[in-house]
Amino acid sequence: MSDTTTSLVAADGTPLKRKLAQSLMRSRARAFGLALPLLAFILVLFVYPIANFLTQAFYDARFATLMPGTTEVLKDWDAVSAPTEEMAAVLVADLVVSKKEKTIGKVATRVNRELSGTRSLFTKTARSAKKMEAPYMEALIKKDKDWGDIEVWQAMKTASRVYTPAYLAAAVDLKMLADGSIVRQDEDRRIHVILFWRTLEISFLVTLFCFMLGYPVAYMLSTLPARTSNLLLILVLLPFWTSLLVRTTAWIAMLQAQGVLNDLFVVFGLAADDDRFSLIYNKTGTLIAMTHILLPFMILPLYSVMKTIPPSYVRAAKSMGATNWTAFWRVYFPQSVPGIGAGALLVFILAIGYYITPALVGGQDGQMISNFIDFHMRKSLNWNLAAAMGLVMLVFVLFMFWIYDRIVGIDNMKLG
Amino acid sequence: MKTIMSLTTASVLAISAGTAFAEGSITAVSWGGAYTKSQVEAYHKPWTAATGNTVVSEDYSGGLAEVKAQVESGSVTWDIIDVEKSDAVRGCDEGLFMEIDHSALPNGADGSAAADDFIPGSFTDCAVANIVWSTIFAYDSSVMANGPTSIADFFNLDAFPGKRGLRKSPKANLEMALAADGVASADIYEVLGTDEGVDRAFAKLDTIKDSVVWWEAGAQPPQLLADGEVAMTTAYNGRIFNAVASEGKPFEIVWDAQVFDVDMWAIVNGAPNAELAMDFLKFSTATEQLAAQASYISYGPARKSSAPLVGSYHSNASLEMGPQMPTAPDNFATAISNDFEFWADNQDELNERFNAWLAN
Repeated sequence: MSDTTTSLVAADGTPLKRKLAQSLMRSRARAFGLALPLLAFILVLFVYPIANFLTQAFYDARFATLMPGTTEVLKDWDAVSAPTEEMAAVLVADLVVSKKEKTIGKVATRVNRELSGTRSLFTKTARSAKKMEAPYMEALIKKDKDWGDIEVWQAMKTASRVYTPAYLAAAVDLKMLADGSIVRQDEDRRIHVILFWRTLEISFLVTLFCFMLGYPVAYMLSTLPARTSNLLLILVLLPFWTSLLVRTTAWIAMLQAQGVLNDLFVVFGLAADDDRFSLIYNKTGTLIAMTHILLPFMILPLYSVMKTIPPSYVRAAKSMGATNWTAFWRVYFPQSVPGIGAGALLVFILAIGYYITPALVGGQDGQMISNFIDFHMRKSLNWNLAAAMGLVMLVFVLFMFWIYDRIVGIDNMKLG
Repeated sequence: MKTIMSLTTASVLAISAGTAFAEGSITAVSWGGAYTKSQVEAYHKPWTAATGNTVVSEDYSGGLAEVKAQVESGSVTWDIIDVEKSDAVRGCDEGLFMEIDHSALPNGADGSAAADDFIPGSFTDCAVANIVWSTIFAYDSSVMANGPTSIADFFNLDAFPGKRGLRKSPKANLEMALAADGVASADIYEVLGTDEGVDRAFAKLDTIKDSVVWWEAGAQPPQLLADGEVAMTTAYNGRIFNAVASEGKPFEIVWDAQVFDVDMWAIVNGAPNAELAMDFLKFSTATEQLAAQASYISYGPARKSSAPLVGSYHSNASLEMGPQMPTAPDNFATAISNDFEFWADNQDELNERFNAWLAN
């Protein structure tokens, strides 16, 4: 074979093998060319923005860019000894510039994240920085005694780091001190870990409920005659095509204290009129509404897998003496596992990032991590922390995916 | 494109109104609903009549996100915007708003200089206040005949059983909790500035935590009251007034420990029609305009000289607006002035603590 002289050649004299490789290459390039627009689309509008945003989780050059001199002198400071006159002088010079350039708000916001209560200290001092004269340290302390507090300077040193683990630490209820060490957040400010766990708990429960409700429905759909099952399938798809907001709002009308369900309870004497059940604006409401909204994502993959299971297998098992349960558990159920895997993964991953439904019906204990990411995006404008929480979430989902692959196997999954 | 469209709209409006051609047009951005309507009636229409310039009105839902995007991308389409005081100061610090020369504002109708005429706290470097609004609490008098009268009653579940509506934010809640715990209005922020004070406020909120329904949008509290979801709720006073005056709801406002604040006009940095916008600002914050606005919504005028001119509700001559204002003497006795600086400094920490408190 290695002897090329005896191998076949094409009409133009090139070896056939190379010719074949060329032609394969061309068709591959053509196929790639067809997929290129989509690839470019995904890269430019999906991967790049997400990656770019996620870098904010550990990259924050605001202080370093806007206060360059201060950043430089803080680098050489050990964060323990008293701040020097030189540091004060450079700080005042930077403050004068940032007041003129109108960037003081950004600087103050950044430092305030490290040490609450310093925002007005910076804006106030910047306003009169121009008139300050040496010795600057005294001038600063005269303006506000807080400048004598070493914590303020430590906060600036922390804020001046361009690559900082501070946001990621904050996303898991830790905080970084000026010397770079990381400790747990004060107890009354710990919130994110609880939220991550709650997000997981809710997603897990929703997946479980969807499975428990969806499995029998999918089974029924797959065994009924085509005409009936098509009709029933439309009933599954109809809510699927209805707006998410409409369905969530409908649940509010159903579940609220003066709502349909509670009215029925009162009529049937299951609840007292002045002591109705709290079914919404709490975790219960989130669970009910999310289960309903995500149910089709469980039923559809289950249905498509169950459709392909030949009924003769179960009949054969029974004819050989298996009870109904054994025939189901040993023969039918294992064949439906790919559908369960696909449905469960779909529901779980959708649930973990759910946002609108918990925001509307979650009340205080039905909120999920995405609601807090939204809070930091739109209200507190702390995009770095939002990015850090998103990154933690992403890593976690990938981890779950890996576990799933190890236990169930990603190949063992069918979407239809 | 947007400018062309708005100019076209403006000219069409001008022609249809039968006036001369519009000389110019500005885009004024505000909060929408009954509030924007009050501004259109009291500011926009008279200004157009007086100068021939037109106003294109746009709505937003607060915050600086849009302004920031416009200024930083260099394509500013908004000229003048109605902002909360905290955003006015923050936007000014970050260079989003133009600085304003307050000495250019006209004197009050009674001749007093603008600086004396506006209530304290009406001026910031980049903004001028137009109205005073307030967070109050309200109840449905058809459900509770002998309703609550003080902020302490709001926290008293034994005497006044039922759910409570509160805004899902530490703002105003912590102040009201301390007031209910016996702190005098003037000392609220001094107490809240200490760790013990914050603990005390949260401890007070703890007493009703299990009975609270949390709201986020200003339109929710009147709805919660109307649905019977809550027995009483905090709310923005204008929203409750609107439900009473235009929908005939039997709601009652309790003014004890109201937390009041100002809304302000600010001109966006790089606004395409900055000069016209400044003219509009001067016009709309004059004594008569502010007084006229008060006949459409129960937010108090920021000028003292407007108070004597405030009349009755625009569609109901027997409904005097004066007593509906947060600044009316009967309502104002225990009022708490929202401290912008306190919140600018501490909101990150208190938000975190509030969220952690909610989640546990």
